[in-house]
Amino acid sequence: MPMKKESKNLLAKAGEYLEEIKALAQSPFTIMEVCGTHTVAIAKNALRDLLPKAVRLISGPGCPVCVTDSSDIDRYLYLAAQPKVITATFGDMIRVPGTKKNLQVLRAEGADVRVVYSTQDALELARKNLDKEIVFLGIGFETTTPTVAVSLETAKLEGIENYSVLAMHKVVPPVLRRLAEDDELVVDAFLDPGHVCAIIGIEPIKFMAEDYGKPSVVTGFEALDILEAIVMLLRQRVEGRSEIEIQYKRVVKVEGNPHAKMFIERVFEPVNASWRGIGLIPQSGLGIREEYSPWDAAKKFSLPVFDSQEIPGCRCGDVLKGLIYPTQCPLYGRRCTPMKPVGPCMVSTEGSCATYYQYGQRSVD
Amino acid sequence: MCLAIPAKVVTMEGSMAKVDMMGNVRVVSVLLVPEVLIGEYVLVHAGFAIGIIDDESAKETEELLLEVANAYEEGE
Ligand code: SF4
Repeated sequence: MPMKKESKNLLAKAGEYLEEIKALAQSPFTIMEVCGTHTVAIAKNALRDLLPKAVRLISGPGCPVCVTDSSDIDRYLYLAAQPKVITATFGDMIRVPGTKKNLQVLRAEGADVRVVYSTQDALELARKNLDKEIVFLGIGFETTTPTVAVSLETAKLEGIENYSVLAMHKVVPPVLRRLAEDDELVVDAFLDPGHVCAIIGIEPIKFMAEDYGKPSVVTGFEALDILEAIVMLLRQRVEGRSEIEIQYKRVVKVEGNPHAKMFIERVFEPVNASWRGIGLIPQSGLGIREEYSPWDAAKKFSLPVFDSQEIPGCRCGDVLKGLIYPTQCPLYGRRCTPMKPVGPCMVSTEGSCATYYQYGQRSVD
Repeated sequence: MCLAIPAKVVTMEGSMAKVDMMGNVRVVSVLLVPEVLIGEYVLVHAGFAIGIIDDESAKETEELLLEVANAYEEGE
């Protein structure tokens, strides 16, 4: 069947980028895609197979579900089991395993757990269920955090007393710094998360290029975006430059989104946070400010603090740091599959392990 | 989790807007992009417009996606 002209153009463009990548990649070059949404886009478009051997793409810590510490998971599971509580969450969290259970199991045992599309849906639940306590599970990076901040602000303005947020939000710059300072890190350059930078701009992450010598390109999510970004990274290496550049110009502005930043700033403050498999990173999380404490689920329900526990055999942490490919985990594809996930990297649709499995890497390499 | 999808603002009422997301109509909050105008493209994440997209390139992206969809339909 004849191909449409535009599709031909599309393929021609992709072909051009691949040619240039081949020409520029004369020696091994390892690129980390920080963002889980990039991991999915790369797998979906089979980009790993198209690239020359010298260019390695490895996944980073950019799947918010995967980096949520077991202590946080056990904490929200404890809360979800309380009487009168309705847990409102994005769908990704439903099957994430805690030490003993997950939300799905709790739901089968009678807990009220609702999947919502946005924090506005969660607020609507609160308005409609005045005899219940609606708790929203605040998971996500800077892309998502402003939408949660707005909900807290709305709850405060409207005096919605039966809504609260369990804040487990994380920010990207400190984990990048942690990666850069890790002696084991084998990464030469970074594909930076397009939608996080749509909010924060490039100022907070430019130290990776400027102080640590890691060429960085903020990238969109189409195959062509990613290929163009890889060309840009390779050009930087060939020309001996280390800068932060924006490939995703149609969306990302140097200064980010000032309104969204203002909402985050008003409602949240930096706190220390534990990242699964990576450990405690100072000032890498966001907690709810004192002025909003009536809507802070941790305070409202005087939640206990749980111990952080690693899942025996799960190498999610090494996967998140890019030290191993998912297929190198002994449990991958054997004891751990998307149907029966052992670790969080196999649960989230954007987790590296799940993405590898979903798009064909069924066996151990 | 950081997925965001381009959509065109069709109507606005207060802080809410009706947007056209590749043919589907959705209601989203524009509180994070208060300067947005009807007819502009925004990037939608979890029920919120989180950024305004440069008009020309948004169309390009949308066309790109449609092209790929068409290519699949045609069995390419
Ligand atoms: S395959 Fe499963 S057990 Fe292994 S690292 Fe991934 S999530 Fe953990």
